[in-house]
Amino acid sequence: MNTEEIFLIGKKLWQHILNGVTKILPFFIFIVVVFPLQAAVVNVSKQDKISSIKQAIAIALPGDTVIIHGGVYKEKNIVINKKLTLLGKNNPVLDGENKYEILTIKDVAGAVVSGITFQFSGFSSLKDLAAIKVIDSRQILISNNTILNTHFAIFIASSDNFRIEGNQIRGTPGDDEQSTGNGIHLWKNSYATIVNNRITGHRDGIYFEFVQHSTISNNYCKNNIRYGLHFMFSNNDEYIKNTFEENGAGVAVMFSHHIHMYSNHFMNNQGASTYGLLLKEINDGIIKDNVFEQNTIGIYLEGTNRIDVINNQFIRNGYALRIQASCNNNNVHSNNFFENTFDVATNGSLVLNNFNGNYWDKYDGYDLKHDGVGDVPYRPISLFSMVIENIPVASIFLRSFVVFLLDQSEKIIPSITPENLVDNTPLMKPVKM
Amino acid sequence: MNKIVKYVMIDILKSKVVLTYLLFLIIICFSIFNLDDNTTKGILSLLNIILFIVPLISLIYSTIYIFNSGEFIELLVAQPISRKKLITSIYAAVSLSLVTAFILGTGIPILIYSPDKTGFLFIITGALLTLIFTSLAFLGSVITRDKAKGIGMAIFIWLFFSILYDGILLLIMFQFNDYPIEKLLMVLSSFNPVDISRILILIHTDYSALMGYSGALFKEFLGSQKGSVVIFIILIAWVIIPAIAAIRKFIRKDF
Repeated sequence: MNTEEIFLIGKKLWQHILNGVTKILPFFIFIVVVFPLQAAVVNVSKQDKISSIKQAIAIALPGDTVIIHGGVYKEKNIVINKKLTLLGKNNPVLDGENKYEILTIKDVAGAVVSGITFQFSGFSSLKDLAAIKVIDSRQILISNNTILNTHFAIFIASSDNFRIEGNQIRGTPGDDEQSTGNGIHLWKNSYATIVNNRITGHRDGIYFEFVQHSTISNNYCKNNIRYGLHFMFSNNDEYIKNTFEENGAGVAVMFSHHIHMYSNHFMNNQGASTYGLLLKEINDGIIKDNVFEQNTIGIYLEGTNRIDVINNQFIRNGYALRIQASCNNNNVHSNNFFENTFDVATNGSLVLNNFNGNYWDKYDGYDLKHDGVGDVPYRPISLFSMVIENIPVASIFLRSFVVFLLDQSEKIIPSITPENLVDNTPLMKPVKM
Repeated sequence: MNKIVKYVMIDILKSKVVLTYLLFLIIICFSIFNLDDNTTKGILSLLNIILFIVPLISLIYSTIYIFNSGEFIELLVAQPISRKKLITSIYAAVSLSLVTAFILGTGIPILIYSPDKTGFLFIITGALLTLIFTSLAFLGSVITRDKAKGIGMAIFIWLFFSILYDGILLLIMFQFNDYPIEKLLMVLSSFNPVDISRILILIHTDYSALMGYSGALFKEFLGSQKGSVVIFIILIAWVIIPAIAAIRKFIRKDF
């Protein structure tokens, strides 16, 4: 055999092998990829043999799917301790009979809870009883559930990398903040994603404590008795395009840093000590493209450093911004202020923040150079707001002519209002959003 | 009595002052409502103008009218008509024409742009303010015979209720703010018809809700049903008491 023949035989052999492989390949793919997906399905239904969820969970192997069919299931504290997918079909209801925690996921990676209605969890001042509690777990998905009248709705602790999506949460507030739980309560987590949920009637709509690198977007929080969204000691998080309406206060961000707040809507948060956004001991955040509408106080800043407040709209608030003297190095620029009773209020004469390039509807200066920037600085603090700060009853003089006269004279020669709180480049036209 | 009212009304219409006032109100209202896209804000801008203009016009016009028709009044006093009837008819005619001008002048724009509770409240308080300051003008011009003195008194009354009174209250507030003076200030400000009208309208807009603690404070005192009733009683008292005083003074007046 010469080399040419050997080459030809080799080539033929190779073609045979290739042929064989292409024939086998689909089966191979089937075995490798599809077979594991065909994990067992366990059906739970009131009529079937398996009529209890606990029973189903006990016989299911890790990776199995448990489908819960319609009906009311009153089981005491269901615990998931392996990787399972819990799906509801035809609206099953899990009832806690006002006594128990309903579902607990403990030390699991990759569990799913979807399409189930939870109601009436127990209440306890010692244990934080919840509709769904997740502890020490990873890659959890909780989606499209309805959670009604529970103490805590979703409670997640010491877990990472999970997603809470499209849940409807409606609570009934108790007599006070102590007897009402939070809608979505997160404690010591990271990489959480909370999307498209609707939360009403809880203490805090969403509560974050020691939560890092997480995103909250497109949620709607209404009528919660304390805050719509509450951050405590949580850093590097962002919340985007959420709406906070008629809560005790819209959002409270406390003792945190590097929080990004974009494109949210804060509206109708009204009351004696109520804010659209409350910032306390916050560093290095960005507040951008938000709308603050008809709040008693749009943003309240206390002990806040290096925050950028950019491109926000403040419309018809009692006070648009209330920036306490303890704030340092904050930038307020390119915002629009429309029809607020008071644009800015403060409690002292020390001002270490910059207010430049905003549009103020109360500005009555002129622009001779026609560069779009007013030639006369604008002082957003009125004398009257300083007076009300010290003597609340002075509000009976609101819109009185004397107050108008005093305000005008104060604007020409500031004596009580802080001299440094001034916008040196007020815009003549609103910033386009 | 009706005859006197009729003649005085014709006289007022002839002078065209009240018609100009009506026209002025209509123009101001329409321009303010067209400037602001938000009607509540429109009402509040109007409030400032109305609280200023209505008392001024009512006072000055009524005073000047009474002094100018002094000879006519003297003539009628010589006739067999009771003095009470005479002064009441003149008062009725003057106040009726001013109130009509106000209601038409602000009522039409408000009906078009903001036909709600605040709007109607606004019209009612404005009408009451007109009556109050007409009464005060009558009292002032019955007391004195000197025209210059009478007009001076009218201007002083206007200045006092529009500016000085609030100035004095502010002074009291600053001096005594260490003491619990909330109630005292509420009571004192309710003695001023201009203040009480302003507060009445403010607490019925969403402004007080936006004022937080201090807003809640004065809403609690004056915003309740009872509070509104008390405010109206005070306003009506301001109409009746000076009017009765003026009538009594006129009956005993030596021409």
